[in-house]
Amino acid sequence: MTDAPAPAIELVGISKRFGAVQANRDVSLSVAAGSIHGIVGENGAGKSTLMSILYGFYEADSGEIRIGGTPRAIRSSGDAIAAGIGMVHQHFMLVETLSVVENVVLGAEGGAFLKGGLANARAELARLSQDYGLVIDPDAIVGELSVGLQQRVEILKSLYRGADILILDEPTAVLTPPEADQLFVLLRALKRQGKTVILITHKLREIMDVTDAVSVMRRGEMVAHVRTSQTSPPELAEAMVGRRVLLRVEKEPRQRGAPVLEAVGISVTDARGLALLSEASLTLHAGEIVGIAGVAGNGQSELLDVLAGLTAPSRGVIRLNGQILNAADRKPARLRELGLMHIPEDRQKAGLVTAFTAAENAILGYQHEAAFGAGPFLSPRAIAAHAREAFAAYDVRPPDPALKTANFSGGNQQKIVLAREIERAPKVLLVGQPTRGVDIGAIEFIHRRLIALRDAGVAILLVSVELEEVMALSDRILCMCGGRITGERAAEATDERDLGLLMAGVTERAA
Amino acid sequence: MTAAPITLPRWADAGLVPLVSVAAALVVAGLVVIGIGESPLEATALLLRGSLGSAEGLAFTLYYTTNFIFTGLAVAVAFHAGLFNIGGEGQATIAGIFAALACLWLAPLPGILLVPLAILAAAAGGALYGFIPGWLQATRGSHVVITTIMLNFIAATLLVYLLVEKIGKPGSMQPETPDFAKHAILTPMHQLLAPLGVTLPATPLNSAFLLALACLVAVWALIFRSRLGYAIRTTGANPRAAAYAGISPARITMVAMAISGALAGGLAVNEAMGVQHRLVLDFTGGYGFVGIAVALMGRGHPVGVALAAFLFGILYQGGAELSFDKPTITRDMVVVIGGVIILFAGALDGLFRRVVASGLRLGRVL
Amino acid sequence: MEWVQTLAVILDSGVRLSIPLLCAAMAGLWSERAGVVDIGLEGKMLVAAFAAGVIAYQSGSAWAGLGAGMLAAILLSLVHGFAAITWRGNQIVSGVAINMLAAGLTVILGNAWYGQGGRTPSLEGAARFPDIALPFAAAARQSIPVIGTLYDEVVSGHAALVYLAFASVALTAFVLKRTRFGLRLRAVGENPAAVDTAGISVAGLRYAAVVICGALCGLGGTYLAVSQSAGFLPHMTAGKGFIALAAVIFANWRPVPALWACLLFGMLDAVAIRLQGVSLPGIGLVPVQAIQALPYLMTIILLAGFIGRSTPPKASGLPYVKER
Repeated sequence: MTDAPAPAIELVGISKRFGAVQANRDVSLSVAAGSIHGIVGENGAGKSTLMSILYGFYEADSGEIRIGGTPRAIRSSGDAIAAGIGMVHQHFMLVETLSVVENVVLGAEGGAFLKGGLANARAELARLSQDYGLVIDPDAIVGELSVGLQQRVEILKSLYRGADILILDEPTAVLTPPEADQLFVLLRALKRQGKTVILITHKLREIMDVTDAVSVMRRGEMVAHVRTSQTSPPELAEAMVGRRVLLRVEKEPRQRGAPVLEAVGISVTDARGLALLSEASLTLHAGEIVGIAGVAGNGQSELLDVLAGLTAPSRGVIRLNGQILNAADRKPARLRELGLMHIPEDRQKAGLVTAFTAAENAILGYQHEAAFGAGPFLSPRAIAAHAREAFAAYDVRPPDPALKTANFSGGNQQKIVLAREIERAPKVLLVGQPTRGVDIGAIEFIHRRLIALRDAGVAILLVSVELEEVMALSDRILCMCGGRITGERAAEATDERDLGLLMAGVTERAA
Repeated sequence: MTAAPITLPRWADAGLVPLVSVAAALVVAGLVVIGIGESPLEATALLLRGSLGSAEGLAFTLYYTTNFIFTGLAVAVAFHAGLFNIGGEGQATIAGIFAALACLWLAPLPGILLVPLAILAAAAGGALYGFIPGWLQATRGSHVVITTIMLNFIAATLLVYLLVEKIGKPGSMQPETPDFAKHAILTPMHQLLAPLGVTLPATPLNSAFLLALACLVAVWALIFRSRLGYAIRTTGANPRAAAYAGISPARITMVAMAISGALAGGLAVNEAMGVQHRLVLDFTGGYGFVGIAVALMGRGHPVGVALAAFLFGILYQGGAELSFDKPTITRDMVVVIGGVIILFAGALDGLFRRVVASGLRLGRVL
Repeated sequence: MEWVQTLAVILDSGVRLSIPLLCAAMAGLWSERAGVVDIGLEGKMLVAAFAAGVIAYQSGSAWAGLGAGMLAAILLSLVHGFAAITWRGNQIVSGVAINMLAAGLTVILGNAWYGQGGRTPSLEGAARFPDIALPFAAAARQSIPVIGTLYDEVVSGHAALVYLAFASVALTAFVLKRTRFGLRLRAVGENPAAVDTAGISVAGLRYAAVVICGALCGLGGTYLAVSQSAGFLPHMTAGKGFIALAAVIFANWRPVPALWACLLFGMLDAVAIRLQGVSLPGIGLVPVQAIQALPYLMTIILLAGFIGRSTPPKASGLPYVKER
């Protein structure tokens, strides 16, 4: 135990703006020396920006950084390294073609020729291996190592540079559970040696497991600082998601119809063999909205991509209207013909071509339809007329089909996508983040449309990181955590606390 | 330095930026002219008189323009699909071989069949030779830039081999094919216009010019008015959105490269069937590379390509005339200008956008 | 022993023909290992050849020619760097521009200054590099059969630039592998963000790489105009910059294999020249063009992954932008 007079790190009133986005607003943080401090928050809450400022990757617009009690100007990564800060980025800053020892010395070679520096580094690596149990072959090529070992190299890099403060950005996002457990053992060892660790994550289990204190960020602001021993996952989940004025959506209870879309045992693994989605099963009935609740990054995106035909599942079966979809059916164009429409999570990257006019985007995915031109041609007049009609019906502003899509606001871009996907009377509608970056008025409009579709008998799957939105719109709610569906609730028979537990991975059996 | 993209009004983006970069390129060319001890103003006057000052000069200018339209369109179509085709020279070479073989082998056919067939053969040859790198990129992951460079050289050596060993004129020391039959060639413009009462001096300008104009319209219709063009533009602008929209980027890569190669084949049609009336060595003459400048300057739009091709036509013809009066200023000046335009309008686009944006801001302040 | 003499002559000519390839390949290797794709090797060599031809003629010194050649190529490299590194422009576009610029400018200036259709006047005496006879060359030829002849013909008797070119391979290999600069350079071509977060300037490293690239192109171009020929000829690089590029790809961006690839391509060229119009027993007339096209064909087949694999530096061609 140390009596720690000065905190290892103090951030005072940090603000940072990227264009129109306020990534950090008046953020303050104090991290006790020799502790493990967790920072939690949803994706986009501003955690990574804050840490990038601390590491000199960006400069804050205002605010002060104090290291060990003294104010420091950190303008570059070099300054941060000199101040004893090391960072393990979410995407490793490693050179995959170089060996472990070469990666470790990069930027701290100790002379124009490598020979001496490499020998020093080998000796130092051997010492660190002993101190922390970080066993690794110094001559292995980094690209050939497992992700867990690559992460060790990142940590060794920082320690080799004499870092006293180690920041880890979502370190377990790419790790298997046993690798994650090893990492935690290491973090505790670092703490015992007097190092200070900042752990950024959105996984509450990790926070509860290893941290001494935790700070919660939401929408660029720091909303809570608590001692880990005095909090609980549901409390943290609530703080992350936030309690705002309850959304009211007029919704009559409805009798749901026959099953339309059934997915059984869907699994997806990435190139490294890591499971992104494990054995997910769900059934969508006509005339119901099924919401997926979960902290971002827990398999929701992969689930949507598989159902929309953008990713091939490694295992599992999908049935649409009772028919099993074979590989040829699981193509976006074919699925649209079968009545499955998709409003993608990231409209700008996947759902729109922002360099196109609004009218052109209003036919994306339907460019082959006969209504838009004769034979191989597209008629700009038909496309513009179609867009005008759709834009009027969906209140897209400005209702100008010739305007470049990039010049529309987020809400109106979303309405263009919405109009396109729902005007063709889908049987199934997959909706990802329908109101992300959308203004209040448009949110209400979009919500009313979705309810109207459900009342008209459409089966809707809603994925949103806004828990409140999921609760307000859904008839049934599935919770996801770590690529698994951890539980199901009827919307009227649950509350945020209950869902928060499921989202934190506390399954019914365990609870 | 800035990471934020500079947004400009559409007119400035499509018109002012290319104009400023071309103007800057011409200033650089003017400096070169001064450097070799000539007056840029005098040179410009001679150049304009030579290219636009007479019916003959204008006809020559349009003949060169024809080549640049074909190669510029070829590069532009690939650009729209997000591909950089620098294989125009090679594709035109193969197109020339195909056209020559058609003209020589199918000579018994009447002209009304032979000419269209030979043009189709040229297009097919170019398309095939563009398809190969497209296929290699789509299925094997080899980048079109490197493969098209290598294919340019392979096509050039193939042409030498064929002209020297296989289809060369018997008994001739020149590496060239025998002359095509009279009915296998494209009608010279002065003959074409004579029945309409227009008298033109005899120049290389021929009906391939009309084909080039037709290609301008066809490419415009393809890119901006057809379903395929929509798919091509979507793939080029946002491959992820293309996949979402059910468009296969791999398929579009192959199709766009084939169309691009077919357009480059137009160069062979103009040169072999329209002007030389036989296949000669190096008939592609670097037009394929200047096509990159034409496409960049024309911002990939057929109207822009037409204007840029006309500018290079003026430079080529004017440059040829100019070198009569000023032996120190050779045709190579055009290659320099082409290079500087590629540098300014292509690689230094960011710099010129910044310059234009600053200029506009200044204009608003004043 | 006539076959020994024939072999020695072909090998000797192959070595000479591979020198420009070697210089350009090392140049390309430096640039691309740092993440800057360079298809402008051809143009830079051409400009270097021209500058070397002009200055060697004006000064009467071959070494002054070398200095001028290197300087000219470095200047052109900096243009490429300015577009590719500072303004994050398209590196392919910039390379194409440099090739065209070089092809046009050299002819115009040459024609304006000397009026010989773009060539520079013939170089004589000290304006060219003399051949250097290595020790014991003549003696070895007399006393040791075969090896002595090969030593005298192939290894000995080249101009200084030939030995410099070979030295550049050794130097490149050493610097890349064993020095701090080399480590950082290899790193910046693979993952510039790793270099940036280690507190090292990405742009600084890349500029250093393109300057070295220019210097080596200068060496290759000077060799063409001042050593191999007696003056500059228009378009005298004749695609050698692109064959060098092929050699770099072939060698998987490594210096020593690139040396072998360049020697192979040089030998192919020598054989093709030798076989021009020669009818071989049992084979007949060999199509020389087929041999000439071989480097390009082999590169395409390699790139398509039909034989082996080529893995370019991961960040090559990509401007470095800090991610948000």
